[in-house]
Amino acid sequence: MNLLVRLRPAAFIAVLLVVWHIAVICQKVHLLPTPLAVARGIVELARHGLLIKYVVASLFRVTWGFVGAAILAIPFGLALGWRRRAGMALNPLIQIFRPISPLAWIPISILWFGVGDMAAIFLIFLASFLPLTVTAMNAVSSVSPVHINAARNFGLSQSQLVKIVLYPAVAPQLIVGLRITLGIAWLVVVAAEMIAVNSGLGFLIVDSRNAGNRYDLVVAGMVLIGIIGWLLDTGMRSFENIRSLRWGYSED
Amino acid sequence: MNQGARTTASWLQREENSGNRWHKVPMASIIAGPVVRKFAAPAAAPQKRVLKTKLRADAINMAFNRDGNPVQVLDAVDLDVGEGEFVCILGPSGCGKSTLLNIIAGFISPTSGQVRIDGKAVRGPDPRRIFVFQERGVFPWLTVEGNIGFGLFKLSKAERAERIAHYVKLVGLQGFEKAYPQELSGGMKQRLEVARALAVNPDMLFLDEPFGALDSITRLTMRRELLRIWQAERKTIVFVTHDIEESIQLADRVIVMSARPARIQRVVNIDIDHPRDISSRRYLELRDGIFEEIGLAHKV
Repeated sequence: MNLLVRLRPAAFIAVLLVVWHIAVICQKVHLLPTPLAVARGIVELARHGLLIKYVVASLFRVTWGFVGAAILAIPFGLALGWRRRAGMALNPLIQIFRPISPLAWIPISILWFGVGDMAAIFLIFLASFLPLTVTAMNAVSSVSPVHINAARNFGLSQSQLVKIVLYPAVAPQLIVGLRITLGIAWLVVVAAEMIAVNSGLGFLIVDSRNAGNRYDLVVAGMVLIGIIGWLLDTGMRSFENIRSLRWGYSED
Repeated sequence: MNQGARTTASWLQREENSGNRWHKVPMASIIAGPVVRKFAAPAAAPQKRVLKTKLRADAINMAFNRDGNPVQVLDAVDLDVGEGEFVCILGPSGCGKSTLLNIIAGFISPTSGQVRIDGKAVRGPDPRRIFVFQERGVFPWLTVEGNIGFGLFKLSKAERAERIAHYVKLVGLQGFEKAYPQELSGGMKQRLEVARALAVNPDMLFLDEPFGALDSITRLTMRRELLRIWQAERKTIVFVTHDIEESIQLADRVIVMSARPARIQRVVNIDIDHPRDISSRRYLELRDGIFEEIGLAHKV
């Protein structure tokens, strides 16, 4: 029974692939490669050593940009949430920067860092920094004052208070924020790679089209992006099962 | 004892002048041992044993700013609590009694007036005086052990473990040491919070409607537990409640607060020995008196 439930998504995917295949064969116009061609494309990429290379390149940029942003934005956001006046002073600026799509920064990041990894990493960093700052800020302001008071009551120093009360109190919300932001970062890396670098899954898509309309490889790139994005999200989600964090996710 | 001559309201030690320093009234009858029933004015029955003053609040005024308008919450509140005494602050919801407790505990400073504990002005919260919130105060990211050990960061590992084990047992949470608060019932969480407070061996406990969110059966058990702990460890307790019965069951002295701005309306000595018989004549007398004082008919 449980196995059946688990297999259901796989069955859906299989059905979809079959429908896709039949639909493409029945068409006279070339709109999409068949799933088989896409699979062959992936194998071809693997054989040329490009599959691993491009996936690693994309993950490398996301990791640096995202981790860098997290390291800076989380303490920054927590500080802004904690010192409410500083937060209020900076909030308008944050709100003005936030609607600027990270992609709008592409020309400037190329100007500053040239075509290469740094430009892409910078874009990921920009895409992650403000959402994480805002998440951390909001997380602090939703910490129960009762918990803060209880902690003060036991004579904790300011640094102890941050370490053993504030961090655990905001952890569940931070993890949700990190998960959503990682999703954004993964979206942005593809766009950044289409313009600013010559490796990675985004580059694969643009390059395959430019170099002879290899749409099988274009779709292969898309499929890989989807699968890796899903794996990243699943990985982040698994944090939510940690016992000391679970209180933050369920209403009881 | 001469009970025949009492009028309806003679259960109270009435003070004609509301500005009177009621705290000069000796309040030690329960703790001092033999119960002396005093229906006359306190001056008529001078008592030798006066508790050492633990806490003295002097002319506490508190005004909040609401939408630009100052709202007076506390109006010249004076309060004395003796060492080892169990005092209940009783008043209607929203009257400002929690604010008073927060001021006493040092979480907020009053607009004017001063709180002294052991002769020293209160400038902030202190681990020697622990505030117990409703069960909301336990840290959900820590286990039962983690919560009880929270305030014990200065102790060695072995001492901490020993202290935790002792208080786990005291509040009857054996078997739940590794459980998270989420997995506990409301009553268990409340006991956990009391254990966390007691573990640091404070000399005062401030309890803010601690049993308000519990079902009535658990609430009764918790009251008994609290009294047992109080009698065993002799803490000074200030307990805020809106429950008249609760205050009479627990306190040496009940401070009846008026509606906002809260003033002390009446101080009632509960001169019944523990364990208290809640159907005894004296209990009912005191209860009815407070009902009357608050202006409630006690018929449903």
